[in-house]
Formats: sequence, structure tokens, C-alpha cells
Amino acid sequence: MATVTAPAPGRRRRTPLARREARWAYLFLAPWIVGFLVFYAGPMIASLWLSFTEYDVINPPEYTGLDNYRELMSDPAVARSLGNTVYYTALHVPLVMLISLGLALLLKRVGRLQGFFRTVFYLPVMTPAVAVGILFLLLLNTQDGLINRALGLVGIDGPSWTTDPHWVMPGIILMSLWSLGSTVIIYLAALQNVPRDLYEAASIDGAGAWARFRAVTLPMISGALFFTLIVNTIASLQMFTEVYTMYFGNRETQNSFNSDAASFYVIHLFQEAFQFLHMGFASAMAWLLFVIILVITLVQVKLSNRFVYYEGEDQ
Amino acid sequence: MTTAVERSAAAPVPGIEPARAAARRPPAEEARRPLWHRVLFVAALVGAAVIFMLPFVWLVSASLRPREYVFAPGFLPTPFSPENYAEAWRAVPLLTWFGNSVVVGVAAAAAVTLSSAWVAFGFAYFRFPGRNVLFGLVLATMMLPFAVTMIPTYLIWSELRLTDTQVPLWAGNLFGSAFYIFLLRQFLLSLPREYFEAARVDGASYPQLFWKMAFPLIRPALLVAFVFEFKASWTDLLRPLIYLRNEQLYTLPRGLKVVLDRFGYGGEQQWELVLAGSVLATVPMIILFFLAQRHFVEGIATTGRKG
Repeated sequence: MATVTAPAPGRRRRTPLARREARWAYLFLAPWIVGFLVFYAGPMIASLWLSFTEYDVINPPEYTGLDNYRELMSDPAVARSLGNTVYYTALHVPLVMLISLGLALLLKRVGRLQGFFRTVFYLPVMTPAVAVGILFLLLLNTQDGLINRALGLVGIDGPSWTTDPHWVMPGIILMSLWSLGSTVIIYLAALQNVPRDLYEAASIDGAGAWARFRAVTLPMISGALFFTLIVNTIASLQMFTEVYTMYFGNRETQNSFNSDAASFYVIHLFQEAFQFLHMGFASAMAWLLFVIILVITLVQVKLSNRFVYYEGEDQ
Repeated sequence: MTTAVERSAAAPVPGIEPARAAARRPPAEEARRPLWHRVLFVAALVGAAVIFMLPFVWLVSASLRPREYVFAPGFLPTPFSPENYAEAWRAVPLLTWFGNSVVVGVAAAAAVTLSSAWVAFGFAYFRFPGRNVLFGLVLATMMLPFAVTMIPTYLIWSELRLTDTQVPLWAGNLFGSAFYIFLLRQFLLSLPREYFEAARVDGASYPQLFWKMAFPLIRPALLVAFVFEFKASWTDLLRPLIYLRNEQLYTLPRGLKVVLDRFGYGGEQQWELVLAGSVLATVPMIILFFLAQRHFVEGIATTGRKG
């Protein structure tokens, strides 16, 4: 996007006007700067420091060095929740991208009813996550749930999605696919931005439907694919509300075996912090999550340089 | 309903770059496809749409059936039992929670929209040393997981004796938020600078430039920010879980979790009440979507476009 403002002035002489302007600029930025210091920079430093302490809110923090991090590495509950989260992310993200791309390709071909169908795919996103959790708890019900009823129609004896530890995670992934509408809209917008003449040129060169998809569509929407890869990965590594609603926060579910099978990293972190008041340990968990997200994102950015095509860039 | 949907699809929000008009295939080209091809296409589209809609249909229908029929096969609310809603209303303070969600949602959305617009104007209009570094810092905060700042932020509100009030659910929004600052700055940058400079020559102050000129001009983008944040606040469970103890202060998602734990799992199962509560929490969001759908769609499409 073309910048309307002129380039920032160099370090040379600054006129009184420029200085007056700068004063006003900082006045406009002031709320954000204050917010950044109070709600980002300060808390980051505080949580990094807390991660080296034992702190239960009631007594002052006690410095324990690397104890929390050592415990973090050997705690089976943390390993379990991290494993579940990675498993979920590894399946959720590619499935969301694939299905969304399929739906966006369908939508692109729809004529006058496009808006209607787009709404249909987006409405689940508007549903509050707690309601989604409740709804799927019932849809996934072993005997009477809609999903196993539908499977029964085609002769499949559906699994115990919400009670069998092996099936809890697939059930959660199934639920998560219902709310992929944002990704569909992003892909649809990207598909509609592909210039028609590219397809025409490819057709003249004798490219079939698949070849056009490979050679024109995919490169032209690779920016959107990359963006949704990053955003969906970061979000799914922080999955909380739907699963917490379904399996946590209540004595009867908490002690049942499926709360182990459904344990996600941020859920475990939340419990350590606000139920067991292990604030130091939870802070260490938060920093580990931050590092994991940073590393995964950096790897994705590196890989993307190979396959993302930016229009107007010299090859 | 359909016509409204189509109208908004055809008319992008002014101020956002419209998607290239090359979008749709002319009907002639569609007709040239083989028949089986077209049948398959319609079947896939309609099939997918039905799969996405069925959970809603079941939710509404099951919420209108008596307890023992909640899991009955079929999608019709028979026998019909709208009393479930009155019953849910009596069992828990749904109206209070609903009101709380509205108050918190409006406060959160208004706060973040106003403050982000103010800050975005600073980034879009002014030239000053450190601008790019600061803007990079704004974007960087989007990468930070909520969990990292969650505990110290709780300690801050606790120190201010504001836990177990609704203040922590929205007051942080008074300082702007990275995503909206980015979005609104994009809009502001598309406005011609000469327009503002002419007003400066006429003696307008900077706050006047912002309030009297920029603010009205970016109204569509302000609405995008408002509806997104309202939805985010309306659906948030984590913050109410952390900050609220008093049931009278609960927002709808927090209350709904109580309804589930009390009537879904605990003791005698009364799923019809849980379902009625879920419908009540969902319907306002559906209405909001239909009122502001072009803002939702354009907002999401815009975020994708920067990628």
C-alpha cells in the first residue's frame, strides 16, 4: 500500500514545526505506549521473573532458580498436555486448510447465491465457543448423538467419542472443523483476486483443470495459504475454551479419565495458575509455550520463502 | 435474507479496496461444463451446506423438546416444549448474565475502537523519529501468547482490588489493540493527506483533524473493529473464569458453563435447559452477523490480504 505520509525526516536539523508535530504524534501514541508498558512489557518481565520462583499469591515469591523448568521437563502431565496439543495442531491445521480450500473453490463457482452459501459456512464461527463445546458434547454422544446416528445410517458403529480416551481427541478435531469459516472467507477473497487472464493464458497453452490449479491458482493464493497456516497454528496451540467447557472445570468431569485424554497445554497452564496457585510454574509453562510458538512460526516463515509467491517480486 | 446477503456481497464496504471484479465466471462458461460435472458440483455444495447447518437445526430443535425427547431422532421439535426457555430463565439468572454480556461487550468494543483509532491516526498521519520501530512493536505484540501476560495482568488487577468486578474484562482495551491499530491505520493511509493539510491551514487542531475528519471517514473500519471486538468479548470464557467469582457478575459464556456443570453433568440431567441457554447465547451473535455481515466478511478478507 502506498504510504500517504512523507518518509520520516533524517537526523539532521529539525524545524520547530516538526518538533511540535512530533510532540502531538507521541500524544496520539500515548495510550498505546502506556498500555504496552503496563500490559505487555511489564507483565513479560514479571512473568519471566516469576518463572524462576515459587509463588502462590499469598506468600511472596521465593527464588528457586531453574527448578520450575527442570520440573517442566520431567512432569508427565505437562508432557501429556503438550503431546495432545501438538497432535491436535498437526491434524487440525492441515484439515482446516484443505477443507476450507475445497469449500472456497466451490463457493467461487457459485453465481448469485454465493453470499448465501458463504454465510452458511461462516455462521458456526459466530457461535460462542462455550455453546460449541456443549453442542458437540451432545452431537458426539455415543448412543444418541447425531454423528453416530449418521454413521449408523451407513452401517458404521460409531466410537465413544467423549468417553473413550482414544477417541476424545479425534472428536475434538471433528468439532474444530465446524468453525473453519474464517479461513474459507480468506481463501475466497484470495481466489477472487486471481486475474482471469492468467487462467485464459494457461488454457490457451493447453493446461487442463488440474494443471491450471497447480500452475495458476496455488501460486496466486500462496500468500493466503501461508497466512492461514501461521494464524491457525498459533491459535490451535492455544486451544482452550471448547475443550475446557466439555471436559474441565467441574468435579465430575475433572476426575474422569477423559480429562487426561483431553488435556491441552493452555488448559493445564490455567489450572496450574488459578486452581493450584502454582503461579511460578505456570509462568515457566507460558514461556515454554512462547518459545515453541516462536520457533514453529520461524520455521514456517523460512519454509514459506520457498513456496510463497509474492506478486511483483523479482524471481 | 438471501437478497440482503447478495446485496452486501456485491457492494464492498467503501474504503476497503474492492476485490478485483474478475471474480465470477460468466454463465456461458458454466453451461459449457458437462452435465455430470455440474450435478457433482451442486451436490458437493449443497451437501457441505447441509452438514454445516445441521448442528444449528438440531440445537434449536432439541432445545424446544421436553427432557425425555432431547435425544429423540429427527429434526422437528415434537413434542413442542417452549417452556424449556422459561424454565431455564427461572433456574439461573440468565437475564442478568445477558445484560452483563451486553454491558461488558459494548464497553470492550467501544474502548478498543476509540483508542485504536486514536493511536492509528498517530501512526498514519505524523512523521516522527522511531515511528517504524514503534509500529513494528505494535505488530509484535500480536505474536505474544495471552498466557505469558495472563498471570502478571491478574496480579495488577488484584493489586488494584478490581478482581471480582467486570473492569478487567474491558479496561485493558482503553489502550488500543494491535490488530485494530493495524486495520484502522490501513484505512487512514488510504485517505488523501492534502485533505488534512488543507484543514490544518484553515486552523484546525490535530484532535479536530482526528475527531471531525478522520473519524467519520473511517466509519466502516470502525464498525469492523467494533463488531469483531464485541463478538470476541461476547464469546470469551477465559477472562471471566479468571476474574469473576460472584455469579451475579457472570457474562453469558461463564454462566453457560455453570448451567452445563449443574444441569448437564450434575445430578439429574436436564439437557433441555443447557440447550436453551446455548441458543440464547448464540442467537445475538447470529443477529449481529446479519446486521453487520459485510463488516465481518470484509474485515476477515482484509486480514488475509495482508498475508
